[in-house]
Amino acid sequence: MTSATFRIWRGNAKGGEFQDYTTEVSEGMVVLDAVHQVQAEQANDLAVRWNCKAGKCGSCSAEVNGSPKLMCMTRLSSLPLDKPVTIEPMQAFPSIRDLVTDVSWNYQVKKEIQPFSPREPDSADGTWRMEQYDVERVQEFRKCIECFLCQDVCHVLRDHRLHGEFIGPRFFVYSAALEMHPLDTVDRTTELANDHGVGYCNITKCCTKVCPEEITITDNAIIPLKERVVDKMYDPLTKLLRMFRG
Amino acid sequence: MDYESYEHDVLVIGAGGAGLRAAIEASSAGVSVGLVCKSLLGKAHTVMAEGGMAAALANVDDRDDWKVHFADTMRGGQYLNNWRMAELHAQEAPARARELEAWGAVFDRTKDGRILQRNFGGHKYPRLAHVGDRTGLEMIRTLQDHGIHQGIDVHMECTIVELLKDGDRVVGAFGYDRERGRFQLFSARAVVLASGGIGRAFKVTSNSWEYTGDGHALAYRAGADLMDMEFVQFHPTGMVWPPSVRGILVTEGVRGEGGVLRNSNGKRFMFEDIPDLYLSSTADDEEEGWRYTQGDKNSRRPPELLTRDHVARCIVREIKEGRGSPHQGVFLDIAWIKERLPNGAEHIKKKLPSMYHQFKQLAGIDITEEPMEVGPTTHYVMGGIRVDPDSQMSTVPGLFAAGECAAGLHGANRLGGNSLSDLLVFGQRAGQYAASFAKEQGAASINQGRVEEVARQALEPFERGEGNVEGPYQVQFDLQDMMQAQVGIVRTEGDIQKAIDEFPTLRSRADRVGVQGNREYNAGWHTALDLRNLLMVAEAVARSAILRRESRGAHFREDYLQKDAEQGKLNTVVRLDSSGEMQVKQEALPPVRGDLQEIIEDNK
Repeated sequence: MTSATFRIWRGNAKGGEFQDYTTEVSEGMVVLDAVHQVQAEQANDLAVRWNCKAGKCGSCSAEVNGSPKLMCMTRLSSLPLDKPVTIEPMQAFPSIRDLVTDVSWNYQVKKEIQPFSPREPDSADGTWRMEQYDVERVQEFRKCIECFLCQDVCHVLRDHRLHGEFIGPRFFVYSAALEMHPLDTVDRTTELANDHGVGYCNITKCCTKVCPEEITITDNAIIPLKERVVDKMYDPLTKLLRMFRG
Repeated sequence: MDYESYEHDVLVIGAGGAGLRAAIEASSAGVSVGLVCKSLLGKAHTVMAEGGMAAALANVDDRDDWKVHFADTMRGGQYLNNWRMAELHAQEAPARARELEAWGAVFDRTKDGRILQRNFGGHKYPRLAHVGDRTGLEMIRTLQDHGIHQGIDVHMECTIVELLKDGDRVVGAFGYDRERGRFQLFSARAVVLASGGIGRAFKVTSNSWEYTGDGHALAYRAGADLMDMEFVQFHPTGMVWPPSVRGILVTEGVRGEGGVLRNSNGKRFMFEDIPDLYLSSTADDEEEGWRYTQGDKNSRRPPELLTRDHVARCIVREIKEGRGSPHQGVFLDIAWIKERLPNGAEHIKKKLPSMYHQFKQLAGIDITEEPMEVGPTTHYVMGGIRVDPDSQMSTVPGLFAAGECAAGLHGANRLGGNSLSDLLVFGQRAGQYAASFAKEQGAASINQGRVEEVARQALEPFERGEGNVEGPYQVQFDLQDMMQAQVGIVRTEGDIQKAIDEFPTLRSRADRVGVQGNREYNAGWHTALDLRNLLMVAEAVARSAILRRESRGAHFREDYLQKDAEQGKLNTVVRLDSSGEMQVKQEALPPVRGDLQEIIEDNK
């Protein structure tokens, strides 16, 4: 058995500090295992949010050595253990306690996006027909586990704190999944441009890099949404027509 | 004592598939609905379901219909199922699947553009609507994204510690929000429990921390009957290496796509032991089994797709007899299909993307190149709260239950894919009947004295926390070790009795645990409170298991290897008696309706 040191942020909205915990590590362990071991052995009240421990629920998001990660999918063997491993909460959201942040803003944002509304069924029995080819690009977006790591890394939220004007990568992916759903009938481009701030994204692709589901967020979701906005709102011909229609 | 108060017509406890579906239904019936979830919304255990949702849509094989699905479910449950629930489930699952599509779910498609269905253990025809190997995520997200626009009040990260009664009737619940630790009182005219399972009572499990049997224990303490608690499903394929991921699920879909089980000699051992009930529906050789997985309607299933209880026991046998893999599992090989499919590696990644990533990231194994090591993991509890099959009301008025925490549908063993359909079919029913029950009820009164008492008890671990006392984790670990060893996949009277004898000690240790810190997101405190539920359900499992002196479905007794016809007519019922003791007895199963019995015989 070897041991390693974990420098874990302890505190709440009022403030806090890093605290070092040394614990034994064994083959195959992930960061969440180490946190749980510390919790069970040394700090029973250490706050950490987690559920499935299999990369499927997106609860255990944190920053490990400064990178946004799912703790359950980050193997210790991928980290240098000769110096302390720092573990801190996501920075884009308010702290609740220790590694747990208040992500409720994300739930409010989702509610403001117009929901799915399908076209009339294709067949008399109330069912639809869709080609596998047509559903695949939406299926990519629907892999999202809502870990909010993309929100955490996005500088518009993290550094500029524009939570009121910008919905963030997660909800562009969500909007794209709705907009590109073969059955959906709603047009969300106006609010994407005006209220949801798709223009703030300057395509640095940080979100794509941290996505544990490997969703091509920027290229496949955000850029096509930006194109839709441009097509609808800034296309000269459409603009002209709009002027005539009043 | 300070607490926040909320009032709803219907309070749903649990926000996985069943709870969300119940809340949506109740809300559409025009009553006010509160939805309490222990985690954040959309993170409940449903998210981990992989393989699919069973519904006789007959999109892939038009010979399928509800009758075949009904018969398959009853056979899989070794005829201990509640026949009415199995009937309703088979009949209503297709409508529930189509409804998900109308709410935005994007299932994989057939060539003619309909919902694709895949093969799974115990299902005669390809029946599982799916999205790759992340069907549960698709389902919970669809329900969540639809549900948030239905006017439901969602209480996230809230744990219920006790149900409140007015006379015989359940009229609310008391709990705390996990984030800040503030107490919350919910008054309601009807309460739906949709709290999932009990997997955390065992050491090796595919279940998340939430699965501490809260709903089972809340119902039991409120006086409701539990039923068939001895039937705990051990999924045959969980990860076994490295140690930290032991128990994480490896979907049955791997075998559905052609994956095979081999022992250390490279032998496909599943061909060696095929139960009589399934002899006529199992492939004669490897060739036929392969054709079946590739959709040949004239072929029969490979033995890897026999029911989970049987496959799990065969794996245990191989390991016990020294033919296991290096880390005490067996080999599950999907890479071999490259011999048969020109673009095999790509096919595997496309059909089983989560499995590919899971093994790549957590075990450093490329499943398109090497076999996986797998072994049984505690996965599901067939037993649960005894409910009326039509309305899902428990034996306590005003208290309903749906999904894994309810008993009846699956009998002695659940077929893969029947869980997701269970959540939707009975979630919908529970929501509907809870709403109509709520409409019929007058106002109830909350017993303030009881509220104070529950709150005081909940804080006791803090009062003990200052001294030199045991923390909650060690008690939990010891319980899990004991259940795994004594009441696990292979059981004997002696082992179970040992476990039963341990409960008084574990209970008194649990009653004395102390926690430190304050009430904000305090995992130690949460664990201390959950422990009481975990102990209660574990004891119910053990006491039910000792009573059933036969081997049937998931309940395997080494000292009673055969099925017993008489025991097969009995359910096991657990209830709290008036002196506060756990009472366990066997009661006769309701006889199967004549026309349904004929369906069963026709499909034998």
